[in-house]
Amino acid sequence: MIRVVLPPHLRTLAQVKGEVQLEVPGRVTRGAVLDALEARYPMLRGTIRDHVTERRRPFLRFFACERDLTHDPPDAPLPEAVASGAEPFLVIGAIAGG
Amino acid sequence: MSGVRVLVGTRKGAFILTGDGKRKQWDVSGPHFAGWEIYHMKGSPADANRLYASQSSGWFGQIIQRSCDGGKTWETPGGVLEKTPEGFPKGESNKFAYDASPETGKPLTTHQWYDGTQHPWEFKRVWHLEPSLSDPDTAYAGVEDAGLFRTSDGGKTWQELAGLRGHGTGPKWQPGAGGMCLHTVLLDPSNPRRMYVAISAAGAFRSDDGGTTWKPINRGLRSQYIPDPNAEVGHCVHRIALHRSRPAVLFMQKHWDVMRSDDAGDSWREVSGNLPTDFGFVIDVHAHEPETIYVVPIKSDSEHYVPDGKLRMYRSRSGGTEWEPLTKGLPQRDCYVNVLRDAMAVDTLEPCGVYFGTTGGQVYASADAGDSWAPIVRDLPAVLSVEVQTLR
Repeated sequence: MIRVVLPPHLRTLAQVKGEVQLEVPGRVTRGAVLDALEARYPMLRGTIRDHVTERRRPFLRFFACERDLTHDPPDAPLPEAVASGAEPFLVIGAIAGG
Repeated sequence: MSGVRVLVGTRKGAFILTGDGKRKQWDVSGPHFAGWEIYHMKGSPADANRLYASQSSGWFGQIIQRSCDGGKTWETPGGVLEKTPEGFPKGESNKFAYDASPETGKPLTTHQWYDGTQHPWEFKRVWHLEPSLSDPDTAYAGVEDAGLFRTSDGGKTWQELAGLRGHGTGPKWQPGAGGMCLHTVLLDPSNPRRMYVAISAAGAFRSDDGGTTWKPINRGLRSQYIPDPNAEVGHCVHRIALHRSRPAVLFMQKHWDVMRSDDAGDSWREVSGNLPTDFGFVIDVHAHEPETIYVVPIKSDSEHYVPDGKLRMYRSRSGGTEWEPLTKGLPQRDCYVNVLRDAMAVDTLEPCGVYFGTTGGQVYASADAGDSWAPIVRDLPAVLSVEVQTLR
């Protein structure tokens, strides 16, 4: 199971507490994880990446294993520790604004 | 037992203020969607328990919320897993995609950018939700960048009425300071084929065929801040309003000038009269007196708060030109708030109730058509919108 940590506003929107656990078929990439997340929680579509272009929303970043994976290609494999479920994949909202 | 439900959208969440028939006792619920901007919330005229809310954030984009129990609980339409024989369909929840199809949409057009160049349409947020007068599952959404969308499945999916954006004048539209937003949607209660919209900064438009085709209705508007002050489009219309008994008479608060049309927008004349300033955002019509209208004059162009530190609603009982200040119960010193374009509404009780919210977080109510005022709440986040439902 892939573990995903969402920012608080998205946890509220998806009505989940704590980490989300997802089955991700095939290669574990950022795109595949987000596909699985949006399929399981349709209300999150458009909140992390644009509905049409699927580009990351500008104020969000992706971290895992103490690395910033934001600018990795969406089809690049995520670290083995994420694929095995040992480490979570983090969706982070920028600390900005008031 | 009658009462009212006031729906308040703020910079940091939504609030629902429920009042008794006398509009003296209030129950406040919220914040709903805490921390999110709620640009607008409105109830269906066909089902008072059906509410729609526009929830947005710079981080997470646009969410549509729907309530079927008068705001006690909310859901994102299309946000629930619904398995079909083919599996889980890819959700369309909250999707506002401009129609660029060859069948119904023009190719995605461009509009004028701040520097005068052409810029492609980019969806940013929903400014205004206008539920159908007859069907709770049908609603219209006015969005930034300016476009009009419709849902007929209770908000699960939205389709653009692309004839507005693509009718030809789009390349001359330009964003105002708040963005290029479609902020007003008026439905004609006597003619289901007729509707009006208003856009900053493009102007007012009318459709007589249910939203398929559109035409600008800006003749008589004069705006010194555009190269041709009498241009067909480019005017910064802030809000338009009509009375349900006389829907061809329109009232407009423009960036500057309060205007009136007696021919469904085909021509306009100024009715600013003796207002202390003719700049403002809100305008609304008394529920029972179609010639009684309300505005809140605002000091502009750079300040955008009420003049002289006094919060004054102005009322005209003659459809404009002659205005009287309404001040009883409103702060008359050291007040520097604004009242934004969607932040005023009227109920249909007798006497007519009038409500407005300020950027200082106050929501004021008058149970006597504006003669006197009292705050329902004083310390909300900045108010973006106020709507009211009359419950009978």
